[in-house]
Amino acid sequence: MDQTYIGAPIRRREDFRLLTGKATFTDDIKLPHMLHAAILRSPHAHARITSIDAARAQALPGTIAVFTFQDIAVWAKPIPLRLYPLPGLEHFLQYPLAQDRVRYVGEPVAVVVAESRYLAEDALDAMDVTYDPLPAVTDVRQSLQQQVIIHEKPATNLAARYTLALGDIEEAFRNAAYSRKEVFNVHRHTGNPLETRGLVASYDAGRGEFTVWGETKVPYFNRAVLASFLDVPESKIHFIETDVGGGFGIRGEFYPEDFLIPFAAMNLGRPVKWIEDRLEHLKAANHSREVLCEVEIAAQRDGTLRGMRAHVYGDMGAYIRTHGGLVPSSTAALLTGPYHIPAYQCTVSCVMTNKMGLGTYRAPGRYESCFIRERLLDMVAADLLIDPVELRLRNFIQPSEMPYTVGKTRPDGPPTVFDSGNYPSAFQRALDQIDYDALKPLQGRRQNGKYHGIGIGCFVKNTGQGPFEGARVVVSGAGEIAVYLGITSLGQGHETTMAQICADALGVPMETFTIFHGSTDMMPFGVGTFASRGTVMAGNAVHLACQKLREKALAIASRYLEVDATQLVFRRGQVYRQGAEDHALLGLDELVRLAGPASPYNLEEPGLEATAYFKSNQLTYTYGTHVAHVAVDPETGKVEVLRYVVVEDIGRCINPLIVHGQTVGAAVQGIGATILEELVYDDNGQLLSGTFMDYTLPTSTDAPSIDSIILEEAPSPLNPLGVKGAGEGGIVATGAALANAVSHALASLSIQVTELPLSPDRIRSWIRASSPQSL
Amino acid sequence: MTAKQTIQLTVNGRAYEETVEVRMTLADFLRDELNLTGTHLGCEHGICGACTILFDGEAVRSCLLLAVQADGANLMTVEGLAQGEGLHPLQRAFHENHALQCGFCTPGFLMTAVAFLQETPSPTEAQLREAISGNICRCTGYAPIVQAILQARRGG
Repeated sequence: MDQTYIGAPIRRREDFRLLTGKATFTDDIKLPHMLHAAILRSPHAHARITSIDAARAQALPGTIAVFTFQDIAVWAKPIPLRLYPLPGLEHFLQYPLAQDRVRYVGEPVAVVVAESRYLAEDALDAMDVTYDPLPAVTDVRQSLQQQVIIHEKPATNLAARYTLALGDIEEAFRNAAYSRKEVFNVHRHTGNPLETRGLVASYDAGRGEFTVWGETKVPYFNRAVLASFLDVPESKIHFIETDVGGGFGIRGEFYPEDFLIPFAAMNLGRPVKWIEDRLEHLKAANHSREVLCEVEIAAQRDGTLRGMRAHVYGDMGAYIRTHGGLVPSSTAALLTGPYHIPAYQCTVSCVMTNKMGLGTYRAPGRYESCFIRERLLDMVAADLLIDPVELRLRNFIQPSEMPYTVGKTRPDGPPTVFDSGNYPSAFQRALDQIDYDALKPLQGRRQNGKYHGIGIGCFVKNTGQGPFEGARVVVSGAGEIAVYLGITSLGQGHETTMAQICADALGVPMETFTIFHGSTDMMPFGVGTFASRGTVMAGNAVHLACQKLREKALAIASRYLEVDATQLVFRRGQVYRQGAEDHALLGLDELVRLAGPASPYNLEEPGLEATAYFKSNQLTYTYGTHVAHVAVDPETGKVEVLRYVVVEDIGRCINPLIVHGQTVGAAVQGIGATILEELVYDDNGQLLSGTFMDYTLPTSTDAPSIDSIILEEAPSPLNPLGVKGAGEGGIVATGAALANAVSHALASLSIQVTELPLSPDRIRSWIRASSPQSL
Repeated sequence: MTAKQTIQLTVNGRAYEETVEVRMTLADFLRDELNLTGTHLGCEHGICGACTILFDGEAVRSCLLLAVQADGANLMTVEGLAQGEGLHPLQRAFHENHALQCGFCTPGFLMTAVAFLQETPSPTEAQLREAISGNICRCTGYAPIVQAILQARRGG
């Protein structure tokens, strides 16, 4: 290797446009004659629509059009599932506009298009819709009583259910000396990227082509869905990615507006912009995390785990979103975590309620399962009088057992196999970092009025989801190499990391590369940016494309120089004769010329370029440990995070600056989400925390300092670069570590956390319930 | 609702005279009338701070002001920070400390920090954290932003 960009903390090339106000986000796109849309949303959680009268709205100056279900009826189809299409879920899909019934607050009922956003909102106010309210259902237990049916067909609120089973669960419980049963609740919250969703769509009536700005995350899937709705070939839809203000799972799935805005542009023959406002975002963009889990664990007296059985209920909201059953299914898939548990049985139920649909938020299902399992392990440790550290050490899957087959923990797809790892080592690293042994005497102690607690959360997390991603590398001269990607960026830094990978692969300076992404016209195939897959899938595609390019360059050089290719080497962007590497025979400029379409030396595709796809149907598993030291004020219920350590092994780190940035940012997101955030609905299905005044995100004064440690002890054997996906490891065990820390802190008050968030009001209510004298 | 008024103001050193609807927010005016799209809108209810600009030297939320309130004012937006090709010391410090990821909140943080450092040239970290606590960043976890501003305070 001539140079080592990989592994170096290189500052991002994306920064300059973002720092100077020159970036282009979706709302910065302005087209001639552009119109503006606003969405009329249901104020009711459950109601029949008895009439929609748009006459007053249409009479207002500047109103161009109002669309209701009747206008889209011949076009509209239910929004399809992208992931986890569990049998049954297909009956609970959403049409882009409500037909005769609304099922959650925020459901789109009509689209108003006007000359400006101000006029569009005036028209919204003039829409006359009458509703006949119906009783609402807001939690899964109530929903399963089936007294209020949310979808008349198939007349049940249980959308899907399946059970997975590994090992002999009956035997495990029958022969175990100890077992414990608990119920855990994970609260509804979501990612809240700072840029809300938005789209600009234009339609070229002459050519029958659509251009849409603002589609990110999974543009190829969304393009296929839109093509099927609009009945046009995919090739006539061009998605252009803009700069993106954060993703975190919520952004970029196919929402109703992803059809409505291009539809309006087609219908009106003018470009249409829609920018979601924050209040819409909180009630009508994917929510996440909400699961209830009944779980029972069996162990020997020495703490050796024997079996676990669980029932995960996903609160799916009113419609099944594109993610299908992902959130509860992923909770079930990794509930046993990095431990050897010989028998595991889990039932997953997807239950409908009159709330916003459930989608993904960073480490979906994994944050949830970590909280459930790690909390339960600490309870087991307390019952069996074993230190929580010791209990984990006794049960970790060992490095010698890698790759470790857990078995079939997902309803479809291959069995779960942990590809590589040294779980005890990462665990020990985290304990050393926080100096666990020195802190241990503080466990549960009250100092200066506050109770101290130290909590641990261990995780293993799937990343690098397939099935493929591609890259095309095009050399146009020694100073300019273009790289085209099928993935999008949501703010991570691909333009920097992909250039690092290319630069090492071709041995030329990083500055030579321009990374292009963000148009479905650049690559014929692509999947997208989610599930920590960007570096694993696209990074390896880039690497393979560069390898292919080197081979092509050597083949061309061999023909031109009439030297056997095995006698030649490609280094530092030049071709040398083996053993004579002080004298370059050909450089990139000459190779570009020799690779041209008319050149007799190039027998392959014209041009010094190569396209490669990296394919994988196996997942790479990162792992690690979080440790939190908290102080809980019993008077206020406030949880102060004094120290927080995250250790994650990601196999191989391309850019530590970016990885630490992701880890620290994710940890603060998770700490905020665990302590401050909750999407609260009342019994009527009204969202009570629908503004940033009520839905409180962490700020600079809430954010503790995070110790982020990235390990590279266990490269993945599943890809040439050995990488695993970074970015979610910082959030995955925040709920677990903090809930354990608070439980240890308040152990003397007999408080054991079984539900989140750890908000001051909730902690105060636990303290009041446990010690009435402290009221 | 569509009453209009003519306003005169200076933005990033340039004088403007524009006729605007009185109900138009200052943020929309900057973005849509002057095409200064570096000022971002994250919540439009005054919590997130992405729309922060300087108004006669003071950091304000442009989503909570009307354009007509800026009549006669001297404004600065993120587009006015860098002089020519060179970055402002704060912008450079943000780059060097990886204090931005998606970059959507960044203009608001920069403008908040500019005003704060003018008022408090040598803040403690606690003062600084308090000063930027009205700006929300979803990506960085704030530590690199704090480091960047402290570095810029020390003159880079």
